[in-house]
Amino acid sequence: MKFAIQVNEGPYQHQATDSAYQFTKAALEAGHEVMRVFFYHDGVNNGTKLTTPPQDDRNIVNRWTELAKKYDLDMVVCVAAAQRRGIVDEGEMQRNGKDAENIADNFRISGLGQLIEAGIQSERLVVFGD
Amino acid sequence: MDSCLAYAKQGSAVLMYEDGIYGAIKGTAIADKIAAASGVSFYVLGPDLKARGVAEDKVVDGIEIVDYAKFVALAAENDKVQAWV
Repeated sequence: MKFAIQVNEGPYQHQATDSAYQFTKAALEAGHEVMRVFFYHDGVNNGTKLTTPPQDDRNIVNRWTELAKKYDLDMVVCVAAAQRRGIVDEGEMQRNGKDAENIADNFRISGLGQLIEAGIQSERLVVFGD
Repeated sequence: MDSCLAYAKQGSAVLMYEDGIYGAIKGTAIADKIAAASGVSFYVLGPDLKARGVAEDKVVDGIEIVDYAKFVALAAENDKVQAWV
């Protein structure tokens, strides 16, 4: 089964991001394909490499990166939502004249078309958060 | 939950997770609605019950307690997936 995942909530604020991670991990472990995880609205905050949670807490950002490395996951951050919230990659840094970038490993910034494409190409689009 | 039950049809599966697990507890108004929904299968996510301190014996009879693997299986088995937040 080909899944796509949409994450609409930020880390440490709403359980949606934890649920989405656990679902994605379980799907991959069961041998399903997850063709894309799309981070939208506050969900883009899952993609900053600048977080430093306490050592006894889960590291939500690193956890996504590790899952992506293990399974070659395509993790896409919505560009318009990212611009509003200060999630920046090298290209966005130059384009918008910023002096820093903060995108975490294995995340990429792209457009809403990637969500539409995921909805069309996957067999199930599973949405977490509102 | 009311909207979800209104849309649920014969053969639908309803999974309660995150704060939705409170809908699976015995003795609530929701429990009566679940009992009245014939032909709909109900599930509740075990880890989310545990995270909220809800014991499994508090869950309405007939609701299956599942893990994330079964959550994935339900999403695969049913041809449409709709989140109710």
